[in-house]
Amino acid sequence: MAEPMLAVEDLEVRHGAIRAVRGVSLHAAPGELVVILGANGAGKSSTLMAIAGALRPASGRIRLNGRDIAGARPERIVRIGLATVPETRDVFPDLTVRENLTLGSFIRRSDRAGVAEDEARMFALFPRLSERAHQPAGTLSGGEQQMLVIARALMSRPRVLLLDEPSLGLAPVIVDQIFAMVAELKQSGLTILLVEQNAAKALAVADRAYVMRLGQIATEGDAAEIRSATDLGALYLGG
Amino acid sequence: MGFGLQFVIDVLSLGGAYALMALGLVIVYGILKLVNFAYGELIMVAGYTMFLLGGSALPWLVMAAVAVAMSMLAGVLTDYVAFRPVRAKSVTAVLITSFAFSTLLQNLALLFISPRPRPVALPEIFSETVTIAGVVTPVRNLITLAASVLLLGLFALLMRKTVLGIAMRAAATHFIMARMLGVPANLIITSAFAISGFLAGVVGLLWIGRIGTVTPGIGLEPLLIAFIATVIGGMRSMSGAVLGGFLFALIDTTLNYTLSQDLLKFRDAFTFTLVILILLWRPEGLIKGPATGQRT
Ligand SMILES: Nc1ncnc2c1ncn2[C@@H]1O[C@H](COP(=O)(O)OP(=O)(O)O)[C@@H](O)[C@H]1O
Ligand SMILES: [Mg+2]
Repeated sequence: MAEPMLAVEDLEVRHGAIRAVRGVSLHAAPGELVVILGANGAGKSSTLMAIAGALRPASGRIRLNGRDIAGARPERIVRIGLATVPETRDVFPDLTVRENLTLGSFIRRSDRAGVAEDEARMFALFPRLSERAHQPAGTLSGGEQQMLVIARALMSRPRVLLLDEPSLGLAPVIVDQIFAMVAELKQSGLTILLVEQNAAKALAVADRAYVMRLGQIATEGDAAEIRSATDLGALYLGG
Repeated sequence: MGFGLQFVIDVLSLGGAYALMALGLVIVYGILKLVNFAYGELIMVAGYTMFLLGGSALPWLVMAAVAVAMSMLAGVLTDYVAFRPVRAKSVTAVLITSFAFSTLLQNLALLFISPRPRPVALPEIFSETVTIAGVVTPVRNLITLAASVLLLGLFALLMRKTVLGIAMRAAATHFIMARMLGVPANLIITSAFAISGFLAGVVGLLWIGRIGTVTPGIGLEPLLIAFIATVIGGMRSMSGAVLGGFLFALIDTTLNYTLSQDLLKFRDAFTFTLVILILLWRPEGLIKGPATGQRT
């Protein structure tokens, strides 16, 4: 097997005294779409935030594209090729849509032509954003904000994309759009680590899946296997 | 008519200076959610640099440029000495270290220069007056007004049109998200302190130009003014700081014009009463600004 694009080994993450992640190991091969499922509080977001460098792991190893990134600063991790769409979305509300995108391309800001090209591509992909290019991002609807945050993440031209519950709280039509987009991004060769509550939809697009419970990996396997072997409802009731 | 014009010029020139002071304080506050209590000493540094260069044959503008550069340096140094080592630990720790750094700088001035006022070189034009529509106005006020307008404009341009400015605005609302997009924390913080020092340096020259001397305690009043202006205007937004500066100057100037000689010595009491009333009405300041995340 080729070296994974992203490999996490024995990851521990704490919030003060709370051990949110306890010895999690997972990996994603280049171009793979891997989903993490699990109930609220299982430690999915903590895992993602530790990979992105927003939380400092208590212990464990994280390798991105062959480089050790455990405990590295978030600004360095982006440069190695990882972009993050956090659960809280975090558009910069008083910046315009366009300024939000500009920040997405911060690490490539010297490549003006490339950035302009990508911005045009994002606006073509998300016409709603194009119409609102000069509006403060805080005035967008929830769905539009989610599109903006995904577009902003893509502006760094990442190799790995972390998506934390991108469909959370959105209307069904928008949820479908987002899943279609995730599938498309996978087609383009991007490696994706997706956290989702919407297990059925996530497993339909994913290659492999991990199920987290109480900070640990409870089950892992091919998406199809997990889908047939697991009572999806129990994933969430089980806690 | 003439009276009205004089009032307007007074408010705008004082307000410009207050707005710059407030902006210098709030730019650091916006990023770190911490008040830099050593801010006034950046003004002191500009003053003493002018004093020390006073004997040299340098043209005034060159001395002024060096003074502003020293303020910027002192600003960046504040970060390295008082903020960076304890930033991650606690708010209280930073309050104490920034107070300590402020005291340290003042004591250095006391020890190596003098507790007594020291003269600062001023260009001729600072003491001249012009007559506009029958109103005799110090040129210094007009220079202050012009410099404030210019700097506020430049500042707005920097924050809106440059990637660094956009990144600083982003970092003020969601620092960690900005970092996850590749914006280096240290670049943002160092820039904030450098800009703070720049504004303090320029405003220091204008401020000291009113009296012509510098003392170790010169920074206290500007710090207080900046603090009150940002509290009135709203700590979270830069436009709030500017608005607060002008409003505070309006209050001060109005009291100066209307209070009788007897009452004038209580001017600060009147000013603070009004400030308290404004805060009772709008506890978060006039401009709320975006809800911000936590400190980083
Ligand atoms: N900032 C925080 N401070 C304290 N505890 C937290 C914080 N974030 C998450 N936790 C706790 O860590 C555990 C894992 O949370 P999280 O990683 O958000 O799980 P998930 O994303 O699977 O819902 C939960 O018990 C949660 O309460
Ligand atoms: Mg979560």
